[in-house]
Amino acid sequence: MALSVDSALYRWQRLGAISLSQTVPESTPLLFSARDKSKVNFNKWRVVFPNNGRQQRDWDQASRFYSGNKIQTTKYTWFTFLPKNLFEQFHRLANLYFLFLLVVNWFPQIEVFHREITMLPLILVLLASLIKDAIENYRKYRFDKMINSSKTKVYDKKDRAYVEKCWKDVQVGDFVQLQCNETIPADILLLYSSDQNGICHLETANLDGETNLKQRRVVMGFSGQNTLFEPEFFQNTIICEMPNNDLNKFKGYMEKPNNERIGFNIENLLLRGCTIRNTEVAVGIVIYAGHETKAMLNNNGPRYKRSKIERRMNMDIFLCVGLLFAMCLVGAIGHGVWAGSFSEHPPYDVPDENGNFLSPVLAGFYLFLTMIILLQVLIPISLYVSIELVKLGQVFLIHNDIDLYDEEADLPIQCRALNITEDLGQIQYIFSDKTGTLTENKMVFRRCTVDGHEFSHQENAKRLETHKELDLDDADFAKLQHFTLPSMNIERPGTYNQRTMRPLRRCQSARAHFQGHTRNRSLGRRDSNRSQVAFSSTIEKDVTPDSRLLRRVREAALQTENLSPFIHMQTATSLTDFFLALAICNTVVVSTATEPRQRVTVPPPIKPSGITLEKIHQIFHRLKLASLSQSFSSSQSSSELGASFSAKNTGEHLAALDCCDEDNDCCDSSRGAGLQDKGSTDIGSASLDEVFKSVTHGSLPTDFCYEAESPDEAALVYAAQAYSFTLVSRTPEQVTVQLPQGTLLTFDILYTLGFDSVRKRMSVVVRHPLTKEVIVYTKGADSVIMDLLEDSGKADTYTERRRKRIKDRTQKHLDYYARDGLRTLCIAKKVLNEDDFQKWANFRREAEAAIDNREDLLMETAQHLETKLTLLGATGIEDRLQDGVPDTIAALREAGIQIWVLTGDKQETAVNIAYSCKLLNQRDTVFTINTENKETCESLLNLTLEEVRKNYEVEKPRRKFFDFIPASLSASEVPSPEFGLVIDGRTLSVIFQGGLEEKFLELTRHCRSVLCCRSTPLQKSMVVKLVRRQLKVMTLSIGDGANDVSMIQAADVGIGISGQEGMQAVMASDFAVSRFKHLKKLLLVHGHWCYTRLAKMVIYFFYKNVSYVNLLFWYQFFCGFSGNTMIDYWQMIFFNLFFTSMPPLVFGILDRDVSAETLLGLPELYKNGQNSEIYKLSTFIITMLDAFYQSLICFFVPYLMYKDSDIDVFSFGNPINTISLLTILLHQALEMKTWTLFHWITMIGSVVIYFIFSLIYNAACVVCNPPTSPYWIMEKQLSEPTFYLLCLITPVIALLPRFFIFALRGTFGTSLILKAQQLDKLSKEQQDLEIQKLRSRKQTTSDAPVASPASNDDLDQNISHLCLSPFLHPAAATVSHRDTESQGLSTSEVNPLKKWTPEEGYYFFNRWAEEEYTATESSAGPFTGHCPLVPSRVTSPGQDSGKPTKYKGEKFNHGSHRRSVSAVTL
Amino acid sequence: MLVSWSASEGFAPQEAEARPSRCPDNSAFKQQRLPAWKPQLTIATVLSTFFLTGAFCLSVGICLILSANSVREIQVYKCSDCSKLRENSYNWNIECLCSVDFKLKEDMLGDVFMYYGLQNFYQNHRRYVISRSDAQLLGRDVNRSYCAPFTTYNNGTPMAPCGAIANSMFNDTIDLFYNFNSSVIQVPLLKTGNSWWTDKNVKFRNPQSHNLSSAFAGTARPPYWQKPVYLLDEEDERNNGYINDDFIIWMRVSAFATFRNLYRRISRKRHFADGLPAGNYTFHISYNFPVTKFKGKKYVILSTMVWSGGSNPFLGIAYVVCGAAATLTGFIITAIHLKLRKKKTYFQK
Repeated sequence: MALSVDSALYRWQRLGAISLSQTVPESTPLLFSARDKSKVNFNKWRVVFPNNGRQQRDWDQASRFYSGNKIQTTKYTWFTFLPKNLFEQFHRLANLYFLFLLVVNWFPQIEVFHREITMLPLILVLLASLIKDAIENYRKYRFDKMINSSKTKVYDKKDRAYVEKCWKDVQVGDFVQLQCNETIPADILLLYSSDQNGICHLETANLDGETNLKQRRVVMGFSGQNTLFEPEFFQNTIICEMPNNDLNKFKGYMEKPNNERIGFNIENLLLRGCTIRNTEVAVGIVIYAGHETKAMLNNNGPRYKRSKIERRMNMDIFLCVGLLFAMCLVGAIGHGVWAGSFSEHPPYDVPDENGNFLSPVLAGFYLFLTMIILLQVLIPISLYVSIELVKLGQVFLIHNDIDLYDEEADLPIQCRALNITEDLGQIQYIFSDKTGTLTENKMVFRRCTVDGHEFSHQENAKRLETHKELDLDDADFAKLQHFTLPSMNIERPGTYNQRTMRPLRRCQSARAHFQGHTRNRSLGRRDSNRSQVAFSSTIEKDVTPDSRLLRRVREAALQTENLSPFIHMQTATSLTDFFLALAICNTVVVSTATEPRQRVTVPPPIKPSGITLEKIHQIFHRLKLASLSQSFSSSQSSSELGASFSAKNTGEHLAALDCCDEDNDCCDSSRGAGLQDKGSTDIGSASLDEVFKSVTHGSLPTDFCYEAESPDEAALVYAAQAYSFTLVSRTPEQVTVQLPQGTLLTFDILYTLGFDSVRKRMSVVVRHPLTKEVIVYTKGADSVIMDLLEDSGKADTYTERRRKRIKDRTQKHLDYYARDGLRTLCIAKKVLNEDDFQKWANFRREAEAAIDNREDLLMETAQHLETKLTLLGATGIEDRLQDGVPDTIAALREAGIQIWVLTGDKQETAVNIAYSCKLLNQRDTVFTINTENKETCESLLNLTLEEVRKNYEVEKPRRKFFDFIPASLSASEVPSPEFGLVIDGRTLSVIFQGGLEEKFLELTRHCRSVLCCRSTPLQKSMVVKLVRRQLKVMTLSIGDGANDVSMIQAADVGIGISGQEGMQAVMASDFAVSRFKHLKKLLLVHGHWCYTRLAKMVIYFFYKNVSYVNLLFWYQFFCGFSGNTMIDYWQMIFFNLFFTSMPPLVFGILDRDVSAETLLGLPELYKNGQNSEIYKLSTFIITMLDAFYQSLICFFVPYLMYKDSDIDVFSFGNPINTISLLTILLHQALEMKTWTLFHWITMIGSVVIYFIFSLIYNAACVVCNPPTSPYWIMEKQLSEPTFYLLCLITPVIALLPRFFIFALRGTFGTSLILKAQQLDKLSKEQQDLEIQKLRSRKQTTSDAPVASPASNDDLDQNISHLCLSPFLHPAAATVSHRDTESQGLSTSEVNPLKKWTPEEGYYFFNRWAEEEYTATESSAGPFTGHCPLVPSRVTSPGQDSGKPTKYKGEKFNHGSHRRSVSAVTL
Repeated sequence: MLVSWSASEGFAPQEAEARPSRCPDNSAFKQQRLPAWKPQLTIATVLSTFFLTGAFCLSVGICLILSANSVREIQVYKCSDCSKLRENSYNWNIECLCSVDFKLKEDMLGDVFMYYGLQNFYQNHRRYVISRSDAQLLGRDVNRSYCAPFTTYNNGTPMAPCGAIANSMFNDTIDLFYNFNSSVIQVPLLKTGNSWWTDKNVKFRNPQSHNLSSAFAGTARPPYWQKPVYLLDEEDERNNGYINDDFIIWMRVSAFATFRNLYRRISRKRHFADGLPAGNYTFHISYNFPVTKFKGKKYVILSTMVWSGGSNPFLGIAYVVCGAAATLTGFIITAIHLKLRKKKTYFQK
C-alpha cells in the first residue's frame, strides 16, 4: 500500500511539475509559487487542496493519487476468487504434493492407481478450502460494505451545502460536517467546532480503548470565528506528513494564499473511528482517507495462524518425506538390481506396449516415482482434513460450554479461529490488557478518609456485592436501606434512591460500535432490553453514602445553618472542603442525559428554597472564622476519634476499625455515641430534612451526566453528589456546585493546573464566591501530596499535633487502601492570601507567555503553588476487578504461565491493579524503569539484572537444600522476594530502538510479572512479537479495546473480551470471551483437552499411516520391488477414509484424559501441554519405531503363515488388511481414556463397516475395477479358520510391547497426569482431599508459595483473620516493625502454622510487617548497599528536576511509602 | 463454522428481542459429561490380562502344532534334462517327457492334493499382475488395454486370452502312477473342482456362441501357447476355454515368487479311497514350462490338508511364542510389583 502511494505521489509530482510550469505563467494567485514548490518534497509531504471548487484543477490532480475513503479488507473479488484462491492454496505444500502425485500418476509407466482415484483427495481438499474462504471473504465483504455505505455529511461545491454521502465517497480535501455522537469517517483536520473555545471532544475508545474524552482543537486562526465555518471561502493549501501509523504524532502546516503559514499537529486531527462527543457540530477537511488513515494503518492485517502442533507436525512431515524418499530409494535400487540380475527377460517381466523392455536403471527410476505414489499415504494428507474436522468439533464443544457463557450479556464464548484450539493448551505467556480486561473499567468510589477519620462505606461495599440481587428486586434494596440506616430511613436524601429506579444510561464511558450510526441503536438497545448492563453503570454513579459520614455532613450542614455554638467546627469545614474539592477539583464536563447531549454551562434555575444566599454567606463566613480558631474543636474531635479508633496500637487499631465496620453489633457503641450527638442536635433536624427535601424535589430536575477525562474523576464527582455536593455546571471560567443546603455556589476558576504524570497531581485555583478567598484544591497521588503538606516538624501547638496525627492516620488508611488495591488519591487544600496569589498569578502569566521552555516554566509555577498544603482527606477508588480475576491469575500462574500486563494506562493505576489482582505480591521487589535515554536504560537493565541474578544465586543452593529436608524445616526459610518489573512506553521504545531487547528479556525471565504501562498499541504488539520470537514461546494476548487489536493479532492466540468496548478486539481475536475469568477454564480445561486430544491424534495419524504404508513396503521385497500391492486400491483408500478415520476423530473431539474438575483443581496439569509432553520429537520417534514394529508383525506373521502355499495376491492381502485394521483400532483403544457411547459405536462400527463393505464389494465387483478385482476374496477368507486364528494372534503380538509399557506406566508410573486420572475414579470428597494433598505438596516444594486466592473485596475478612490469628498479638507486631532482624524471627515462629495451608492471616501479616519495615527503613532500599550512586532520599522525580526529560543520573527511589518498591526512575 | 458467524450477528441488535437466549444447552454431550467407562491399568487388570492372554495363546498354539503335525506332504523336483532342453527357446516345439520316481513312506490319508510348485517366478510383479482383462475372461469383448503388449498380433488378430499372465500359463501335464505289486496303476486325478466355485461359475465365462471354436473365431492363441484356448480340455466341454480349471488357477496370481498351485486332486476311488497308500510312485511329466530363464525351479507336491490349513506349523509356533511371552511378562510385572510394594513402606508417596 505504502509503496503504491509513494509511486503515485512520484507520478503526481512529475505531473504537478509539468502542470505547474504551465499554470505558473498563467499566474494563478491561489497556488503557491514555483519557489515554494521546489521546497516541498513530495515524497515526504502530502499536499491537500480543498474540494470547494477554488482550486479545482489541483484538487482533481491530487485526489487522483490519494486513496479514497473506501476500504476493502477482502482478499478476493468475484473474478479473482477462483484463480487467486487456487494459487494461494497451491502455496500449501500438501496440495503441491497432491498435484505432483497427480501428474506423476498420469504417466503410464508409473501409474499405480487409477488417475481418477489420485485426483479425488486433491479435489476434496481444494473444494473444502475454497468454500471456507469464500464464506469468510463474503463476510468481510459485507462488513466492508456496511462501513463504506455509512453516511456522513460532506460539503458539496455545487450545492454549496453539506449533503449526505456514503463514507466511501469521501475524498481527500472534502469538507466534512460531523454531528455529536457521530463516528469520524476519515482523518480530518478540525477547522470548526460549535464550542466557543474551538474545542471538540473525542472518544477514542475504538482506537486505543481509553474511554475518557480527549480534546481536539480547531486549527489556530480558525478558532476565533463565531459564525459557522464557510468551506467555500477556504483557500489554503494543506501540507502535512505522509500517511503513517503513529497515532500520537502528526504535523503539517497550512499555507494561505499570501504564503502565510499556520502550523497544526495531532491536537487538530480527528482520527477515523473515533466518536465526536459533547460537540454539536464540527467541520474539518479530510487529510487521509480509507486505508491511509491512521486507524487503518494501525490495523495490521491478520496473520495466518498455525498452531504449534501444526508447526511441529510440518516438521515431522518433512521427516516423513525423508522416510518416504529413503523407502522409495530402497525400492528403486532394489528393483534395478533385481531387474539387472536376469540375463534374459523372464516371462513375468512384461515389456511396454511396443514390446520394448526397460533398462534396469530406467526401470529403477520409474519405480522410484511409482513408489512415491504407492507410499503417498506416508505423508498423512488425511491428517490435514481430520485435524480440520476435529478442531471444528473441539470448537463446537468449547462454544457450547455453559461455564464460558455470560448470562449478563447473553454471550457464549465465540471461537473465531477454528484452527488453533490446541494452542490454548500450550500457552506460556499471557499478555493482558488491563482496563476492561482485568478490571471492569468501572471506577467505584469505595472509601474515604477525612480528617483522619476512616469512612469505610460499608453499605456501598454491600451494595456492590449485592447489586445483582438489587437489580432483580428493588424490595431488597429498600430492606438494605432500612438495615443500614435505621435512624434516618425515611428522609433519606433521594439522590441515589431515585436514580436507581430510573432507567439509566452509561454516560461517562458510553460504548460505541465502530460505526457512528449504530451507536444510537445500540444505546437504545441497552436502555430497553439490556437493563442488566445498564444497571452496571449505576455502580459507578450511585454511591451509597456512609451512614456515619452522611450524618456528619448533615450535621455540618445543620450546624452551619443553625450556627450552634457547640459544634465541631473543624470537622465540619473539613468535610465541606473535602466534598467541595471532590466536586470542583477536576475537569469533568457536565451534560444532560437527554439526547443529543448538551453541555451544561449555565446552572439551571433553582426554585427558591428556604435558605437565602445571605444566609449561606453567613454560614461560610462563620466557617472561615471557625477554621481560624481550630483549637476550639480539639476536645470534640478527639472524642469522635474514640468512637472509631478505640485502640491505640496500630495493628489493633486497624483491626478494630474494620471489625467495627464489618460488624453492626460492634458499631453499636459508636452509633450510640452518634445518636447522642444527634440528640444534641435534634433541634435542627427538622429544618435539615426540609432542606434535603427541597434539594431533592426542587433543584435537581435533570439527570446530570459527567464526562470526565478519566473515570476516577467521574467517580469522585459522583461520590460528592451522593453527599449532596452536586456539580451542576462547568465552564472554563466558572464552576457551580449545589450544596446540601440546596444553594448553588458558583466558583470562579482562576487557574486549572492539569494533571501530568510527573507532578502526579492536579490543582484548581478558585475564588470562593462568599468568602472571596483564593483557594487551591489539589488532588493527587498520595506519595506526592504527602510530601507537599505543610511541614509539621515541631508539633508543639495543638494544631500542629493534630495535623500530624491526621497525616499519620491518613497515611495508615492509605496504606490500607493500597493494599486492598484501591486507587488512592489525596485531597488537599491551600488558602492563598491575595498578595501571594497575585504574585504567583504574575509568574504564571509570564510562564504562559514564555516561548522557550514554556512547559518547564509552567511546571515550575505549578510546583511552586502546590506546597504547604493542608490535608483534607483521601479517597479510595476501586477500578473493580472482574469477578474471579485474582483466582484466575493465581491458577494460571500455578499452571506455569507468565502473565504480563500491557496497558496504555498510567503507571500507578497499573501497579495498583497488579497488586489487587495478585499479579504482584506485596512482598515482591518491584523494579520500575522509566527512561528516555539509551545508555541509562542499558545501565539500568544491567544493574537490575545483576541484582536479580545475585538473588537467584543465593537462592539456588537453598533450593537444592529444599528437596532433601522435610517440608516443615524448609518452610522456615524466609521466602525470597519475587521480582516484578514495571516499565513504561518510552522506555520500551528505547529498548526496541537501542537493541536492548535481549537484556530486557533476560531480566523479564527472572521476573514474576511484567507491567508495561503507557504503551501504544504498536508497542504492545512489538512486545508480544519480541517475546514470541526471541524466547520461542507460546503467547496469548487478551484485550478488549481496539488498542489491543494489534497485540491480539501478534500473539499466537488472541482473545478478545466482548461486550466492553465495541467490536474491534473481538473481530481481531481468535476467541472472544466476555470475562477474564473464563480464561481459566478455557486454558486449563479446554486447552489441556484440546492439546491432549489433538497431539495424541496427530501422533496416532503418523503411526497409522506409517504402519499401514509399511505393509506395502515390506511386500516390495517379495514382488521384485515392482511396486505391486497386495491390497485392492479401493479397500486401501477406504481404509484411511472410512474404516480407521472415525475413531481418531471421536477421540480427538471427545476424549477426556482427566476430568474438568481435576484439571481445575490441579492447574499444574497444564504444564503437560506447555512442555509439549505428548507430542515432541522423542514421542514421535518412539511412535515411528512402534509403527515399524507393528507393521513388521502385521506383515510377516501372515507371510510366514502363507509362505509356500497357493495363496494368491489379494487373498494374502486381505488378512493383512484386516489384521492391520484391528491392530490400528486396538492401538487407538489403548490410547483412549474414556469410552463413551460414541467411542464404542465408532470403534465397533469401524470394524463392522469394514467387514460389510469388504463383503459387499468383494461379492458385487467382478470386473468393476480393472485390471484386477478382488472378487470373492473376503468371503473365501471368512470361510477359513486360519483367517480367524491369524486375526487373533497378530494384533496381540503387535500390541504386546506397547501394552507392556502402558501397564508398567499405569501401575508404577508417577506422572501427575496418571495421578489425576486415578483421582477421577475416587468419590468427590476423596478427590478434593487428594487434590489438596497434591497441591500442598507442590507448594512446599515450589519456591514461591502461591497466594491463596483472596478476593480483594473481602478485605474485612482478611482483617478478621488478622484479629484471630494467634501469632499476631500486638507485641509481635511491634517487635517486627521496630527491629528488622526480628522480622525473620517472627516469620519463623509463624511458619509451622503455614506448613500445609498458607493462612491468609499469616500472609497478610507478613506483608504488613514488611511494609512496616520498609516504611521505617525507607532510606535503606535494596539498592543502596550495592550502588553508591543512589541517593537515599525519597524524592519524587518531578520535584527535584524541572526538566524531567534531561538525563540526570540514576536514582533509585522508593516510589511509594508503603511497598518495597524499587523504582528506577529518570 | 457455525460458531464464527455469531460475531456478525452482533451487528443486528434489533433482532435481539426475537432471538432466544444463546445460552448453550446443559446437556451431557455439550458439557462433555457423557457417562464414560474409564479403563485404568491397575495391577489387577494388567496381570489378569497378561496371564489370560498367555494361557489362551499357549493352549491354542499347542492345538495348532499338533494338528499341523498330522499333515503329510511330499515335494518332488522335476527333471533336469528337460529343463536344459527348454533353456533354448528355439526348442519350444520339441516334446520332452520325463518321469520321476518317489516313495511314500507313510499312507497319505484323506484328500490328497497335487500341486505344482514354482520357485522364483514373480507372478506378483506389478506389470505382470495387471496384464490381464477380466472383462475378456467374462466373455465380453471390451477394452483390453491393460493386456499390452499381449493384446493383438501385428496383423490385428486379438489374442484370446490376452495379457502376460495368460501368455505365460503353466502348461506341463503331470500324471501320477502307483507302482503296486510291479503293476503300474494310474492314480485317478480330478481336474475339475480345483478352482474356486465363484471363479468357475461367475468370474470366468466363455463367449456366447453355439460352440467354443466359433466363439473364439477371429482370435488367436497367445504366443507362448501351443494350442488355442478352446482346446485346453477337449474331453470336457465345461472345463474348456476360459473356464478351464488349470487356466483359472493360473490366472489367480500368486502372492509370492515361490508358490504352488493346485493341479489335481486324487480321486478317491478303489485303491485310493482313503488317500494315497504308502509305496512307490512315478510322475510322468510332459515338460513344457521353461524355468531356467528366470533361474527358477519346478516341483510337484502331494499334500493332505487339515482344518488349520496345510503343513505350515508357523501359526502354532506363533501362538506358543506369544503365549509364553505374555505369561513371562506377567511374571515380570508381578515381580516388580512385589518389590516396589515392599519399598513403598519406606517411601511416603
